[in-house]
Amino acid sequence: MNTAVDTAKREREAPYEGPLLDVRDLHVEFVTRDGVAKAVNGVDYSVSAGETLAVLGESGSGKSVTAQAIMGILDMPPARIPRGEIRFRGRDMLTMGKEERRKIRGQKIAMIFQDALSALNPVLSVGYQLGEMFRAHRGVSRAEAREKAVELMERVRIPAAKQRVNDYPHQFSGGMRQRIMIAMALALEPDLIIADEPTTALDVTVQAQVMDLLAELQAEYNMGLILITHDLGVVADVADKIAVMYAGRIVETAPVHELYARPAHPYTRGLLDSIPRLDQKGQELYAIKGLPPNLLRIPPGCAFNPRCPRAQDVCRAEVPDLFPVTEEDGTPLEGRGSACFFWKETLHDR
Amino acid sequence: MAENILEVKDLVKHYPLTQGVLFKKQVGAVKAVDGISFELKKGETLGIVGESGCGKSTLAKVLMNLERATSGQVLFKGEDISQLSGAALKSVRRNIQMVFQDPYTSLNPRMTVGDIIGEPFEIHPEVAPKGDRRKAVQDLLDVVGLNPEYINRYPHQFSGGQRQRIGIARGLALKPEIIICDEPVSALDVSVQAQVINLLEQLQSEFELSYMFIAHDLSIVRHISDRVGVMYLGKMVEIGSDEEIYDNATHPYTQALLSAVPVPDPAARESRDRIILSGDIPSPANPPSGCRFRTRCWKAEDRCAEEIPLLAVPTVLKGAAAHDSACHFPEVRVQAAA
Repeated sequence: MNTAVDTAKREREAPYEGPLLDVRDLHVEFVTRDGVAKAVNGVDYSVSAGETLAVLGESGSGKSVTAQAIMGILDMPPARIPRGEIRFRGRDMLTMGKEERRKIRGQKIAMIFQDALSALNPVLSVGYQLGEMFRAHRGVSRAEAREKAVELMERVRIPAAKQRVNDYPHQFSGGMRQRIMIAMALALEPDLIIADEPTTALDVTVQAQVMDLLAELQAEYNMGLILITHDLGVVADVADKIAVMYAGRIVETAPVHELYARPAHPYTRGLLDSIPRLDQKGQELYAIKGLPPNLLRIPPGCAFNPRCPRAQDVCRAEVPDLFPVTEEDGTPLEGRGSACFFWKETLHDR
Repeated sequence: MAENILEVKDLVKHYPLTQGVLFKKQVGAVKAVDGISFELKKGETLGIVGESGCGKSTLAKVLMNLERATSGQVLFKGEDISQLSGAALKSVRRNIQMVFQDPYTSLNPRMTVGDIIGEPFEIHPEVAPKGDRRKAVQDLLDVVGLNPEYINRYPHQFSGGQRQRIGIARGLALKPEIIICDEPVSALDVSVQAQVINLLEQLQSEFELSYMFIAHDLSIVRHISDRVGVMYLGKMVEIGSDEEIYDNATHPYTQALLSAVPVPDPAARESRDRIILSGDIPSPANPPSGCRFRTRCWKAEDRCAEEIPLLAVPTVLKGAAAHDSACHFPEVRVQAAA
C-alpha cells in the first residue's frame, strides 16, 4: 500500500515552472428568482509554492465564491461559470474531466472552512473522518488509516491524540476542532491550501495559536496558501501579497507592506482609515459612507463609485481595468495594481 | 467626578447542574459569573472584554434582570434592583436597555420597523401616549440615521448595518439612562462597523447615556471606552482606564490577550513580542482553585493554587500601573525592544 503514497510523493516533487494556481478572468453568476446575481466579475490571481496570498473583502465581495469555484464545490445550478480559466500547474481545471478533477481536489488542493463544527460530520469520530482521507484516496486498511489519523492529530498538536482519536467533534473545543480541520486538509500533503476565514469563529488567544500552526506547517511543506478573510489584522500578520475584492472584482493587488503603507484604491484606503487608531480616541472614526452594493444591481462603471470620495463622471460611465501602479517618475512597482481611474492621486496623496 | 449610576457588588450567577429526572439532585454549578464588583458612572462608557465563555454576556443578562442573580447586588442609583419583581421591576427596566449582537435574529421578521421600535411604548405607555407613537417612532428613525418613511418596511428589506440601527432605535425608545451593548458591531461588515460606532458615540453625547460595551474586538473597545474591565472565567481580573489597561496592564491574562490581537500593520510583524497561551479556557463548572488563570499562566507558583487573588490596587506599583488587578505577582510587562 505504500506504493500509492510513494507515487503521490513523486508527483508532488515533479517540478513545475510558474505559479501553482493561476486564475484568469473568472466569472461566476447565480441564477435567482429576482435575476442574475453577478458574484464574481473577472478575477485574476495566482499563487506560487510557499507563498501566502490573502484575499481581503467584505461579505458579498465574491472572495468565498472564487474559492469554491477553484475547489469545484459550487452548486451548479444555481451557480454557473460563463467565462474564465482556473489553471492548476498549467492545466485548466474547468475543462478537464470529472475524474481528473476529483484527483486534484483534496489531494492537491485542500480547503479549510470557517465553521469547523458544521464542516465536520457530528455522528462520526474525528479519527474515522481523518482516516477516511487515506482510505478513499490511498486505499489503505482501516487499522492503518487510524494510525495515520493519530499521526496527523499529533502533527497539529492535539494533546493526548491516541486517547482522543475516537472522540466526536462536539467533544473538542473550537480551537481543537479547527486544528482537526487543518489536519484533514494536510492529510494528503496538498500543494495548495485554501483557508476560508479559518479563525473568524475563534477567540484572539486561540486565533494566534491556530495561525501560528498554519504558518509553520505551510513553511514545512512549502505549500501555497490562499487566506480568505475580512480581518486586516490577520492579513498584516501572515500574508505575502494581498488582493482586495469589492463586488466581485479585484480592486487592488499589492505586496503586504506596500498595501498598508500606500494604498492605491480609495476602498482600501477607506478600510485602513476606519481602523480605530490611538491618536484618534474621542474623535469620530472615519467611515466609508453607504452600503456594499446589491449583486443583482451592481452600479454601472466602477462598483465603488456611489461610496467613493473621489468619484467623477468617468467612474460612473466606465469600468476601470486593473491598472499597473507606478511611482511618480514612472518606475513600475512590482505586483501592484489598482482598479481606479485615480490611482495616482490616491497613491501619492498621503 | 460624576456620580455612580450603576454599582455592582459581588454579583454571582450560577447555573445548577442536576442529575435525575424526578428527584433532581444538584451535582454542581456552572459558575458563569462568580463574584464581580464594579461601578458605572453617569455618561461613561465601560468596556468589558474577554474570551467566549468568560461570562460577559451572562453579566449583561443579569444586569438587565433577564436572569436572576444567585447572590450579590445591582444598585441602580443606590437602589438594589437584582431582586425586584412586578411593577417595581417594570419601572426600573425602562432605564436600562440593551442592544444585541445579531441584527438578523434580534428583530422579529413578521413585524414592521414601526411596530418593532414602537413595541416598548405598549409596555410603557407613559413614555409616548397612543396618538403620538407614530411620530415618536419616526423621530427615532431620524435620530439613528434612517429615513422616517421606512416605518412600514420589514426587517428583511434592510442591510445588516441598517438593522443594527433599528435595534439601537428600539433601545433608545424609552429614553433609558443606561444602554448595554452586547457585541453591537461584530456581526457587521468592516466598512459599516465604523458608521455604527460613530452613531453610538454621537447618541451618547446627545442623550447623556451611560454605556456598558461588551465586545471582543479590543481596538474598538479602546476607541469607545473610558474604562475597561477584563473578564476571565467568571471573574473580573483587571479594571482601569483605557491607558491603564492597554499600556500598563499588570495582569498576565490581559497582557496575553493584548499581545495576541493581530496588528493591522505588517511592519510590526517582526518586532511584535507575542505571548501565545497554551491550552483552552477551563470549564466554568469546575474552575481551577485559587487564581483561575493559573493553569495557563507562565508566572504561576504554589501560592496561586491556594490563594484567590483579590481585585485590588497592588501596593507595590506606582502611577498608571497602580489600578485594580487580581494577580499575586502584578507587574507591567516590558516589551522587548524592536
